[in-house]
Amino acid sequence: MIAEQTTSTPAGSRGARPALHRRRLLTGLVLGLAALLVLALLSLVFGSRVVSWTEVVGGILDPAAGDFGQQAVATRVPRTALALLVGAALGVSGAVMQGITRNPLADPGLLGVNAGSALAVVIGIAFFAISSTSQYIWFALVGAAGAALLVYAVGSLGRAGATPLKLAVAGAATSAALVSLVSAVLLVRTDVFNVFRFWQVGGVGGADFGEMAPVLPFLALGVLLALLSAPGLDVLALGDDVARGLGGRVGGARVLAGLAAVLLSAGAVAVAGPIGFVGLVVPHAARVFTGPGHRWLLPYSALLGAVLLLGADVLGRVISRPTDIPVGIMTAVVGAPFFIWLIRRAKVREL
Amino acid sequence: MTVNRSLATDALSVGYDDRLVLEDLSLTIPAGRISVIVGANACGKSTLLRSMARLLPPRSGRVLLDGRSIAEQPTREVAKVLGLLPQTPVAPDGIAVADLVARGRYPHRSFLRPWTTDDEQAVTSALRMTDVLELADRPVDELSGGQRQRVWIAMALAQGTDVLLLDEPTTFLDVTHQVEVLDLLTDLNRQSGTTIVMVLHDLNLAARYADELFAVKDGRLHSHGAPADVVTEATVREVFGMESRVVPDAVSGTPLVLPIGRHHSGAQRAV
Amino acid sequence: MSELAAGRTARVRRRIVVTAVLAVLVVALFLVTLVVGDRIYGLPDVLGVVLGQDVPGASFTVGRLRMPRAIVALLVGAAFGMAGTLFQTMLRNPLASPDILGVGYGSSAAAVVAIGFFGAQGAVVSVVAVVAGLAVALLLYALSWRGGVQGARLVLIGIALGTVLLAVIQWVLTRTEVYKAAEALRWLSGSLSSAFWGDVPPLALAMLILTPAAFALSRRLSVLQLGDDAAAALGVKPDPTRLLIVVVAVGLISVATAAAGPVAFVAFLAGPIAARLLPGASLLAPAALVGAALVLAADLIGSNLLFTTIPVGVVTGAVGAPYLLWLVARSNRTGGRL
Repeated sequence: MIAEQTTSTPAGSRGARPALHRRRLLTGLVLGLAALLVLALLSLVFGSRVVSWTEVVGGILDPAAGDFGQQAVATRVPRTALALLVGAALGVSGAVMQGITRNPLADPGLLGVNAGSALAVVIGIAFFAISSTSQYIWFALVGAAGAALLVYAVGSLGRAGATPLKLAVAGAATSAALVSLVSAVLLVRTDVFNVFRFWQVGGVGGADFGEMAPVLPFLALGVLLALLSAPGLDVLALGDDVARGLGGRVGGARVLAGLAAVLLSAGAVAVAGPIGFVGLVVPHAARVFTGPGHRWLLPYSALLGAVLLLGADVLGRVISRPTDIPVGIMTAVVGAPFFIWLIRRAKVREL
Repeated sequence: MTVNRSLATDALSVGYDDRLVLEDLSLTIPAGRISVIVGANACGKSTLLRSMARLLPPRSGRVLLDGRSIAEQPTREVAKVLGLLPQTPVAPDGIAVADLVARGRYPHRSFLRPWTTDDEQAVTSALRMTDVLELADRPVDELSGGQRQRVWIAMALAQGTDVLLLDEPTTFLDVTHQVEVLDLLTDLNRQSGTTIVMVLHDLNLAARYADELFAVKDGRLHSHGAPADVVTEATVREVFGMESRVVPDAVSGTPLVLPIGRHHSGAQRAV
Repeated sequence: MSELAAGRTARVRRRIVVTAVLAVLVVALFLVTLVVGDRIYGLPDVLGVVLGQDVPGASFTVGRLRMPRAIVALLVGAAFGMAGTLFQTMLRNPLASPDILGVGYGSSAAAVVAIGFFGAQGAVVSVVAVVAGLAVALLLYALSWRGGVQGARLVLIGIALGTVLLAVIQWVLTRTEVYKAAEALRWLSGSLSSAFWGDVPPLALAMLILTPAAFALSRRLSVLQLGDDAAAALGVKPDPTRLLIVVVAVGLISVATAAAGPVAFVAFLAGPIAARLLPGASLLAPAALVGAALVLAADLIGSNLLFTTIPVGVVTGAVGAPYLLWLVARSNRTGGRL
């Protein structure tokens, strides 16, 4: 169960069947990239107005042109970019969080990050009259980081430090507490609720490059730290005792990786709202191709996260034209059946 | 006092998904004796034990308890006759030793029939026999590995069955505790006539404590019989794929397997 | 009688004392709920109403308004407490309570759709919520079945289903007029403010069936706790037992959710609090009492002590969660125990 596993076997199958492993990696890479390319094109084509290929090309080359189709494409370029960015960030942060907590259920939602940014945004809307994405960003970042720090601080109290179970419980408890506070504000202030309910579902519509710019440094730093923490996460996967025995600095690795996860998920929440499920489901899918080693798991999680989010966004636009269903809802609707299929197929690791 | 129960498998095949783990395996467990199943890792010996305890449904063939297919008997009734100590049971958080052992009485109780003197006696004697009576009120999570294993055996004893199956009861125990546990099971067998079937890793301890030895290889029964007949250099080579020398155990006279390995083959027979 | 008797008697006595104290606490909270409000009635008046006498003023306020609310709070709390501890014990994981897993979202999603899209109210919402809750439970079990139901698979699929249902809820909230959405949100937070006598009979009847079922199952559950192999060896079939537990627990959750909405955190908290008070014991009865006490106390706080009335679910979340955090912080164990 989620309790401490003293000796798990992440079977770093590097030596065992290298050829098979390499073939799987390659398959995953090819499939992922192909899907990404196709979806990116579809994302430019579909919307309330379906455009032709020539308009796509025109829109990319000359966004300022007067043609409606080209203009539509021009607005879809940042949207597509945002979906890719947010999906990749969520995928990596989910993989990192699952690594830190050694818990396959960990994701930004469970560890309090989403709830923290939601509370901060609600407070911002209610008491500081914020209303634009660029303003949400800062509140969301502060809220996410605050919640993550609280969860980590509470989870690492006591003799054994931050055990996976304590972290997970602390995260769930913090989430629940924050969500209650959000409800408390919303129930009293219907006007705030009216704004918040749209932010809360998470979406990438209406993206523009100017609003995305402030989060880019956070996301970049997050990715860098995540990649740096990959070896540490591999050692952590063996359990704290083995990790220490191998000379790993357990606390340091957790802090580094935790920082990466918070930067990534907070950045994603800030620009796109709390999008659930990507962080949870993507690492499980990525492991099918990569196995448990984080060196490969992290980049593949980024790739598959981008695929999932973009796919969900395109689908949301296609099935309910001319409006669109927010991507946060679509990720659940698309991701869940896949996730369930995955769980039924795979031999589920004991929690 | 104990009724002799017969336990046997009849052309038993068991598999997981598309893999067949046991194939057409027939054996008869001698009643009132200690039987030990040995074999290399992943040869199917644990699967055999779990199948005999009706934990795995057979692909084909049957497990016979008292001559009747075990699958057709009510599971609660089987539980009064046949007990199993699994390899990794889970102790609920914070539970006291006596309460854990008392859960072994489950098949004998019902919603309307609460705790009785019989239950109390079964638990007390199980605790006494395994020498954990003085730990009765301690939480299980605070015990050492050896103590915990004895508590689990006590739980299986409290079930009061005539047949007791144990899946590697000595794993994670130091040599003192291994011998202690096996002595304890021997006591149980000699005093109450309980039929004992266990899977053991240590071939030498198996040879010492078994009345009947079953060697399993690749899901089939390789050989069986008294340890002196089964444990030979040829059998060890075939079942474990290992060269060895078999000499008489200076303590018990049973066969003692000395592995040769790659670095010590130069030594000549000293006996 | 034997060497064991002393130790067991001590543990049994502790269990009885703790359970009795909890029961007294629940009764006290129940009475305080009847006494306190915009107007405070004395205990004699309240007891008079409880005994069926006609007390001017109190008969209406206490008998008609506060009493059904207190009864609903009591039953809902007990139902959440039992359901939570059944799931947590079955899955050997304090995180695996139905509200965290999202199994309970089945009722909520159906109710929100009914309220938001069809303008449903009252009994219709309840029926829809219960039916949908059970349907989700069966779906969960069916999807988790693959020649047996493994705990880990049940948890993961529960979370997946919960996420979809949550997405449905949020989508509905964006698609309806704001006042309907606000009504749905109030319900989603868990609220007793609209509880009336009509809510009591169906809730009480369901509890009358489900509570004995839960207690009957708790004996098998105590064996299932030892692991599937040990349970099977003791004559408990793991999979059918799990199905029964899922159905009973989700039944409890659905019935309670139908009556008061998904009161946050009660199912999650009741078990761990009870385990803290009575380590190693069967937690069903104490968890039911803890759940009832939590909901009663939270409703008292939410409707009387603050500047404005706050739904009970907001209070249980805001007060309960820090308590759980405190539990986590205080615990210095490494193992699975909180």
